[in-house]
Amino acid sequence: MELTGAEIVVRCLQEEGIEHIFGYPGGAVLYIYDALFQQESVKHILVRHEQAAVHAADAYSRSTQKVGVCLVTSGPGVTNAVTGIATAYMDSIPMVVISGQVPTHAIGEDAFQECDTVGITRPCVKHNFLVKDIKDLAATMKKAFVIASTGRPGPVLVDIPKDITRDRCRFEYPKSVPMRSYNPVVKGHQGQIRKAVQLLLQAERPMVYTGGGVILANAAPELNALVDLLGFPVTNTLMGLGGYRASSEQFVGMPGMHGTYEANMAMQHCDVLLAVGARFDDRVIGNPKHFAQNPRKIIHIDIDPSSISKRVKVDVPIVGDVRECLTEFSAQLQAAFGAGSRTHKGVQAWWQQINEWRKKDCLKYDRANREVIKPQYVVEKLWEITHGDAFITSDVGQHQMWAAQFYRFDKPRRWINSGGLGTMGVGLPYAMGVQLANPGAQVACITGEGSIQMCIQELSTCKQYDLPVKVISLNNRYLGMVRQWQEIEYGSRYSSSYMEALPDFVRLAEAYGHVGIRVERPQDVEPALRDAFGKYKDRTVFVDVITDQTENVWPMVQGGKGLTEMLLGSEDL
Amino acid sequence: MKHIISILIENEPGALSRVVGLFSARGYNIETLTVAPTEDRSLSRMTIVTSGSDDVIEQITKHLNRLIDVVKVVDLIETPYIERELMLIKVRAVGKEREEMKRMADIFRGRVIDVTDKSYTIELTGDGVKLDAFIDALDATAILETVRTGASGIARGERILKA
Repeated sequence: MELTGAEIVVRCLQEEGIEHIFGYPGGAVLYIYDALFQQESVKHILVRHEQAAVHAADAYSRSTQKVGVCLVTSGPGVTNAVTGIATAYMDSIPMVVISGQVPTHAIGEDAFQECDTVGITRPCVKHNFLVKDIKDLAATMKKAFVIASTGRPGPVLVDIPKDITRDRCRFEYPKSVPMRSYNPVVKGHQGQIRKAVQLLLQAERPMVYTGGGVILANAAPELNALVDLLGFPVTNTLMGLGGYRASSEQFVGMPGMHGTYEANMAMQHCDVLLAVGARFDDRVIGNPKHFAQNPRKIIHIDIDPSSISKRVKVDVPIVGDVRECLTEFSAQLQAAFGAGSRTHKGVQAWWQQINEWRKKDCLKYDRANREVIKPQYVVEKLWEITHGDAFITSDVGQHQMWAAQFYRFDKPRRWINSGGLGTMGVGLPYAMGVQLANPGAQVACITGEGSIQMCIQELSTCKQYDLPVKVISLNNRYLGMVRQWQEIEYGSRYSSSYMEALPDFVRLAEAYGHVGIRVERPQDVEPALRDAFGKYKDRTVFVDVITDQTENVWPMVQGGKGLTEMLLGSEDL
Repeated sequence: MKHIISILIENEPGALSRVVGLFSARGYNIETLTVAPTEDRSLSRMTIVTSGSDDVIEQITKHLNRLIDVVKVVDLIETPYIERELMLIKVRAVGKEREEMKRMADIFRGRVIDVTDKSYTIELTGDGVKLDAFIDALDATAILETVRTGASGIARGERILKA
């Protein structure tokens, strides 16, 4: 039987087992929306802005490992989606974006709502396609899902002209689509792994540093097993939080610009560094020249060869799937331990050193303050009330760093944030995507009054689909991270970082049909959070927390500085 | 240092712009670029002359390999190779210059392929250095127009680049 292109698109989604897609209709995708209307299995979530559709699909994927799917129309639909696509690309999130295009014959004629979608999105997708023949449609959709979810994952866009969604063709969904030019490596090189294991066994000051690759490869159990077996200190990057359980003594916190003192010192002074699915980002190792001053052997496991020796020269590169590689590491180590070769005794002295560094208590803050609400306190209370088991999304800025520092994640895929692109506005749509993928789970969006206003229209989507997400806004009436940099690096000249004329968020939440709670005193934080997750469990709740206006995120490594050139507090300024 | 990157790539619309976009987005340099389909029409062969430190070239080849359309990438200078470029050059040829021009073309193994009473058009192939040398050998004011294809390259001996 022949199907229309639109029906083929929907059938492909069904074949892939897609339950939810996020999108916004428009002229070029009306046939697809019509096909969606006439079936039940793929549920469409109507957002209020295309950017949010992409973010929600992105978080849907981050929290489940499934491929996120979104659907936007041509022209402005696509350009609005670009921020979301770039965000997913920077964090290697598997996603398929379906975009409408003007009819084939009109392409290039500056038609209404036409834009060069493939051209505009090319630098921020793993791959993209323009479907020019309906006969290619099903195979192209299959390729999109394969490419998005294998190797180093990433967003793939399929641009479909309107006439193709109307034309008819026999439908057959290919089981596989061999691509001679696309064969991601899976298994790590045995010899390299053997070399790496030897280095680890001889190490006196070893350090394990893991990133988002561990989460994406679903390798958290393997990482926990390996690190426990080794007994080494371990740090997770912003993208890797939850990869190793934060409640373990071996976890030294997050590294980097706002990482812990002990994590950064250990990164700098270790003699063997095992990097797993992490990319030595500028926010993680600071100035690469300074980082290279201390000699150390670096083992780097990554599925993407181009991530290896990009910013830091690596001694033992291992290209492969992180999970496969870690399993092999553990097997070889266990064999070595069986033969009596324990890790180096020197590691004990290294732990003493690390515990010395820990005594700095670098995340200390004025916990006892009864006058103003410390933002860190809110995150700690949230952790307590949700038993450390909620899905936490965040926006970008100070609140994001406090969430990363103070919400201690024991499980992967619980911490959902924009690490690479640093996109303000992701928090609320992320929470929506997570909630839809995990109905019944506790989902909180830690945000600020700046970020939340970048996608606040999605409160309306939350209403439409009864998404009981909790927005915890740390409202300091400043673009806090900008203000912090201006204080430290720009002579306290607060150029455009003060937010005047803020809305009444409580009444705003109520106007959208939600519960709004305003919290102004430290003693009211806990009851408000308990209400949000208790009394208003089934409602969308907006908690507007008026926090200390000038609190800064510590420690801090200023841009361009070395990893150990940390400011631990305002006394270091 | 100069490198000659040979690429086998799917002969698809937009494939070229993916390669060029990669170079511009990451700040890599393209000195010349040639591309045409191979005997297998589904594949194009591209030659890019670029320069950079070993680290940069390593990143270039890794990133090229990461492109979904790219089938194979090699840096030709790693083994013996042959490089050729075609130049068409239109020169002023009046009076006794005519004989001089013809002689110069002969010395460089060039061929005069078009003639008017005031000009010659000379076809010349060789590596880039040879073409530069020819241009330098001419009186600059005599050069009316040049067009160069950019380098194509192939490995010497048995070594081949196949999908």
